[in-house]
Amino acid sequence: MKYARQFAIILVVSMIGEILNRIVPLPIPASIYGLILMFAALRAGIIKLNAVKETGYFLIEIMPVMFIPAAVGLLETWGLLRQVWLPFCVITLLSTIAVMAVAGHVTQGVLKGFQHKEDAEAQL
Amino acid sequence: MNTILQDSAFFGVTVSLLAYGAGNFLKRRFRLSIFNPLLISIAATMLLLRGGHIDYPTYKAGASILSWLLTPATVCLAIPLYEKMDLLKQNWKALVAGIGAGVITSLICVFTMALIFHLNHTEYVTLLPKSITTAIGIGVSEELGGYVTITVAVIIITGILGNMIAEAVCRILRIHHPIAKGVAIGTASHAIGTVKAMELGKVEGSVSSLSIVVAGLLTVIGASFVQNFI
Repeated sequence: MKYARQFAIILVVSMIGEILNRIVPLPIPASIYGLILMFAALRAGIIKLNAVKETGYFLIEIMPVMFIPAAVGLLETWGLLRQVWLPFCVITLLSTIAVMAVAGHVTQGVLKGFQHKEDAEAQL
Repeated sequence: MNTILQDSAFFGVTVSLLAYGAGNFLKRRFRLSIFNPLLISIAATMLLLRGGHIDYPTYKAGASILSWLLTPATVCLAIPLYEKMDLLKQNWKALVAGIGAGVITSLICVFTMALIFHLNHTEYVTLLPKSITTAIGIGVSEELGGYVTITVAVIIITGILGNMIAEAVCRILRIHHPIAKGVAIGTASHAIGTVKAMELGKVEGSVSSLSIVVAGLLTVIGASFVQNFI
């Protein structure tokens, strides 16, 4: 009964997300509404961690497998991809490196800023 | 062949799971980042369908339950986020600044290079969610009118690439702090990159998981602002 109830709770939250996606005129997917709702419900104590934890982690663990059917669908759209593969590969490679560099250094910079401040305060 | 398999309700899911298992085995056996379990399972499934003359709709009919599970699975990403709340709170300024800067960089990169390569609107919005987790990326691409299957491909390629180059990029660019590494990897290469972050350490892994969610949300908002630039 435990897993059935956990799965039911997750599906109810997903369903509310789906309804929000249909009625709110914003390009936000149902899964994101659901994620925010789940987080808010956990924070507010409306849903207890134990009421979703095991089934939730099971779903997260098998998540990579859920991407396979959509990716295999490339067999059907290869004609489309063939025309754009070169620019898409260049964009993917360059932007991935750029995002890593900027995200990492900004985070490190802010963290070090705090560190210096704390060190300075400690010395005073 | 097609009719027998079409009648089997379990064919698509079984093939996907077996292929993923095989990918994981190869990864453990050879310990090379090129043996990415997801990449291998996709390639293996494709080869099997080609070799067995099984058409995609036949496979998809059975495997569609896996795609159906993506929404509930994404909803569940709220659970680790909730559990790591303390780490997030203590460093929230650095995390928000880093992830925000990364998301903006991603959107600017795609926009600039879309201009250089003369991409049309559909191709441009297809690429916008390239650095975020597939579940959210599919949603963004769908909402903005992109080619969803190409978005999935680009997202997966981005993830595998991030997984493979993360260590070298962090070393060469001198990103040493574990939290900074986690933000860099999670923001640039979502869940597949996070596998690498988990290997580097617990802090890197948990921060990378947080970055997946925050970068995903920021990209949903950011992409809707820049969608009409091209």
